[in-house]
Amino acid sequence: MMLNQHLLSILIWLPVIGGALVLLLGDQRAPMARWVALLTAVATFVLSIPLYTGFDPGTPAMQFVERMPWIASLNAEYLLGVDGISMPLILLTTFMTIPVVIAGWTVIEKRPAQYFAAFLILEGLMVGVFAAMDALLFYFFWEAMLIPMFIIIGVWGGPRRVYATLKFFLYTFLGSVFMLVALIYMHLKSGEYSVAGLQALPLTLVEQRWIFLAFLLAFAVKVPMWPVHTWLPDAHVEAPTGGSVILAAIMLKMGGYGFLRFSLPITPDASRELDWLVIGLSLIAVVYIGFVALAQTDMKKLIAYSSIAHMGFVTLGSFIAFDIQAGTGTLSGAVMGLSGAMMQMISHGLISGALFLCIGVLYDRLHSREIGDYGGVVNVMPKFAAFMVFFGMANSGLPGTSGFVGEFMVILASFKASFWYAFFASVTLILGAAYTLWLVKRVVFGPIGNDHVATMEDVNGREFLLLGVLAAAVLLLGLWPAPVTHVMESSVKHLVEQIVVSKIPVG
Amino acid sequence: MNPSLLLAIPLLPLLAAVIAGLFGKLIGRAMAAGLTILGVAASCFLACTVLRDLLIGGVEPFNGTVYQWLATDGVTLQVGFLVDKLTALMMVVVTFVSLCVHVYTIGYMHDDAGFQRFFSYISLFTFSMLMLVMANNFMQLFFGWEAVGVVSYLLIGFWYTRPSAIFANLKAFLVNRVGDFGFLLGIAGVLYFTGSLNYDAAFAAAPSIAGKTITLFGGHPWSAMTVICICLFIGAMGKSAQVPLHVWLPDSMEGPTPISALIHAATMVTAGIFMVARMSPLFEYSDTALSFVLVIGATTALFMGFLGIVNNDIKRVVAYSTLSQLGYMTVALGVSAYKVAIFHLMTHAFFKALLFLAAGAVIVAMHHEQDMRKMGGLRKRMPVTYWTSLIGALALIGTPFFSGFYSKDALIEAVGESHRAGAGYAYFCVMAGVFVTALYTFRQIFMVFFGKERMDHHAAEHFHDVGWNMKAPLVALAIPSLLIGYLTIGPLLFGDYFGGAIFVRESNDVVGEMGAEFSGPVAFALHALTSLPFALASLGVISAWYLFLQNPAAADRIAGVLAPVRRVLDNKYYFDWFNENVIARCSRLLGGALWRGGDRALIDGILVDGSAKSVGRAALLVRVVQSGYLYSYAFWMITGLVILVGLFLYRL
Repeated sequence: MMLNQHLLSILIWLPVIGGALVLLLGDQRAPMARWVALLTAVATFVLSIPLYTGFDPGTPAMQFVERMPWIASLNAEYLLGVDGISMPLILLTTFMTIPVVIAGWTVIEKRPAQYFAAFLILEGLMVGVFAAMDALLFYFFWEAMLIPMFIIIGVWGGPRRVYATLKFFLYTFLGSVFMLVALIYMHLKSGEYSVAGLQALPLTLVEQRWIFLAFLLAFAVKVPMWPVHTWLPDAHVEAPTGGSVILAAIMLKMGGYGFLRFSLPITPDASRELDWLVIGLSLIAVVYIGFVALAQTDMKKLIAYSSIAHMGFVTLGSFIAFDIQAGTGTLSGAVMGLSGAMMQMISHGLISGALFLCIGVLYDRLHSREIGDYGGVVNVMPKFAAFMVFFGMANSGLPGTSGFVGEFMVILASFKASFWYAFFASVTLILGAAYTLWLVKRVVFGPIGNDHVATMEDVNGREFLLLGVLAAAVLLLGLWPAPVTHVMESSVKHLVEQIVVSKIPVG
Repeated sequence: MNPSLLLAIPLLPLLAAVIAGLFGKLIGRAMAAGLTILGVAASCFLACTVLRDLLIGGVEPFNGTVYQWLATDGVTLQVGFLVDKLTALMMVVVTFVSLCVHVYTIGYMHDDAGFQRFFSYISLFTFSMLMLVMANNFMQLFFGWEAVGVVSYLLIGFWYTRPSAIFANLKAFLVNRVGDFGFLLGIAGVLYFTGSLNYDAAFAAAPSIAGKTITLFGGHPWSAMTVICICLFIGAMGKSAQVPLHVWLPDSMEGPTPISALIHAATMVTAGIFMVARMSPLFEYSDTALSFVLVIGATTALFMGFLGIVNNDIKRVVAYSTLSQLGYMTVALGVSAYKVAIFHLMTHAFFKALLFLAAGAVIVAMHHEQDMRKMGGLRKRMPVTYWTSLIGALALIGTPFFSGFYSKDALIEAVGESHRAGAGYAYFCVMAGVFVTALYTFRQIFMVFFGKERMDHHAAEHFHDVGWNMKAPLVALAIPSLLIGYLTIGPLLFGDYFGGAIFVRESNDVVGEMGAEFSGPVAFALHALTSLPFALASLGVISAWYLFLQNPAAADRIAGVLAPVRRVLDNKYYFDWFNENVIARCSRLLGGALWRGGDRALIDGILVDGSAKSVGRAALLVRVVQSGYLYSYAFWMITGLVILVGLFLYRL
């Protein structure tokens, strides 16, 4: 019982404490530090399972709630809770940290203890972002999370890491500051910081517009949406493999989560008025970024651009409810669009994470990310090639893999809003397959590209394990997504009910 | 029907594929081949029992859910089976041809290092194709649709070190994705207008949405059904290789021959035909869409046939023939003769798989030589292959009493009966196509099996006929190629075989009109002896005999006179040129331009780094002032003071 009452706190602070412990063990005792890190990551994931099994999908209310005073003078609380929207994202976070720890096992030679510590602390803070139901607490985790990531790219990153970290930090920080201003404004008006309170706060259309734009800036940078996306390819290219995995798998999702938790329910009228902006940028992400991805010669950049295109489905699915209502007079399809956005986030977390791990496997062998340096990898690494083709297909949205589910749902739903939304979104079927499979063709297939490729060894047991686990997850979610959509249903329905009610004060 | 038995039909090949794929090295070659053959044989047997139960047992069609895939927003998406006689027919065809191909593969891939992998792929294909034909909803249909595409991708690129193979498989996948783009939009349209993705609910709602419209461009309303059906058909154009999405099929011949027979002739490429027939309750409500189908099919039927005449690669000739025959089936769909399309699909599956496997036997015997100019006179060296090929060829050109005759003649007659817009053009195309088909088919037969041996001394020395494991499938396929039309035309076309599986509106029912005159398969064939198609086919064979066997100089002279036409044909109407140089190149250029111009120059260069630089420049200015030297500060203070005082005094 004790466990369930403080489960969210445990999930936040256990990895942070584990991280501190790893830090204390230091680089001299690296082997032990590694095992402690792995143990912490696995324990956190195992402990997060009751979050799913003990979750009541019948209600949109917050569950596993913890409430304590925090900063009394500001009326800010240590308020945690999850609903069907945040719970799957927390599980994704605790799950994805494990492969990241395993992936860095022998590869990280420089300051290994600090490396693992940074990821564990990051994990705790990320869980905090999804669990915080107090806006100030949310903001605290949101900003605190930047620090370990800043360090990860800055210390273990590639040659241009300084440029990339600065760009990453300034971009996200700039966006977040506007969010803080919006939160403070609402706090001054209502006297509270609880998310539920802010969602209930009546706001005029003018106020909503400004708040919406402030949120948009914060979340659009994070997603990232065109045209504030250029920090992502640079960050990915310079980040170590683990950093790229967490960045793509979890951190991008915070932007999508922010739209669902803050923008839509707090400023529903402004969302309705400005939905064309988000939808337009989403479709640009799918089409424009799809073409840009075709032109990449750096594998990590290519997958980074692919991420932006895939995240376009998240923002598209989140904002089509208003057009569906306007076009058809009903809300049928709105829930599907939002659930599709959620599914896309979870699936993209797994697939992009796996693809970055694949690139990491290649990079560990040849120390190059250039597509041209490879070719015919299948001849020397058949097992790896099978994984790469599988994840490539998943990234192309193949039915039977998780990559299909979200895109399918969003396309089905967006047809109800407009034929043309569905049309441009469906372009991903062609472009997504083109850039991914062209990458696979150039890297994996063909005769052995050069002498370096000839010396490459196939995946070892450790690499096989982590790619295999991710492949199983991608396949399972693709063949049977119902367990995930089932837990989201009530919360997403509730969200739709929230956003169609005007918050403009009457009179 | 027992659901777990139905479930076993696709799952047995899947299980075999997984074992052979993951543990191929461990279980060895013989075990991998044995297991997959056992799986598909069991599956074939069960499919036959299902068909028997439906036909004789009087069992009702099965329509049920296996498991719920996802439920949201009042929409339930499931994995489920609809097994009626249409599906059962497809299941038997798929598993039977697959079984033949499995057995044949033992010989064909005997020396290949990827033996187990190949068996794993073809069993996986059988699973995917069964999931496609057994689906009772659009989601699963799309799953099977894409899954067969992936296996096709893997198999075309089976010899992955060959640049041409990995070019062809990427091309095949992407061209198919263009089709799937339309298909997915069509599915989304079905959900939007009917509220369900289950066949029964969607089809039941079809009549009520016939009058609905959707606005696409500038206020002009389109019939919703037309938009849905054209979108769905674009999917069929990709999978069933209709112009202009046909370009991937000839290149797919880069794959090993057994899969050309199984996937790129008998089964996967007919998925589009099957899909449209399955969707007949939707297509029947859009004459516009059916006319579109008709014109595309007719164009494919005739113009792809021409390409078969000029090609010298034994497999590619058969591939162009497949394209042309798929066009024929599409024409049948376009005139609402869905039954005829499925009938031709079935006969074609047998005789075309036969022709491919026979071509493969020739290729193996010739040590992987595919150029027909280096063959000739193989009649005596490979008698079984020769006779079975001849049966396949006679069936293909529509010789009376052969299977292909019944389906093709019925098809031409149906087009003749139809009054749909485009039917006149289609009638001309399918009629002219009869001559073209006979010409290229017998050109191949004469070049390969007749005349002088043209192989060089070395090849002749190493020539060896194929073993019985490759001949047996030829014989097994030759029997239905000969008989299946004669046996089944009555019940399939003019009886009530399909029952409710295919829906035709009364005003469109050309097959029903033909049924009034039908008096048995013998009379049907005898009557045809005096008809135009038979004359055209005979003329085609005679022309082939004269031009390519008797007097090749005449063929060269004709080619010389028609040089410009020949050039167009040799370049395959420039479709490939256009796709590679315009579409592919422009996409890459556009990607590069957007990246360098948009992302790097505009966003990063001017906006991001630009603003950072302007902050830097501002800081630089300020830094000059903030030098840290006391005298400098004093100087600026005094200067400022003087100016201020000056201003003050001046103003005063």
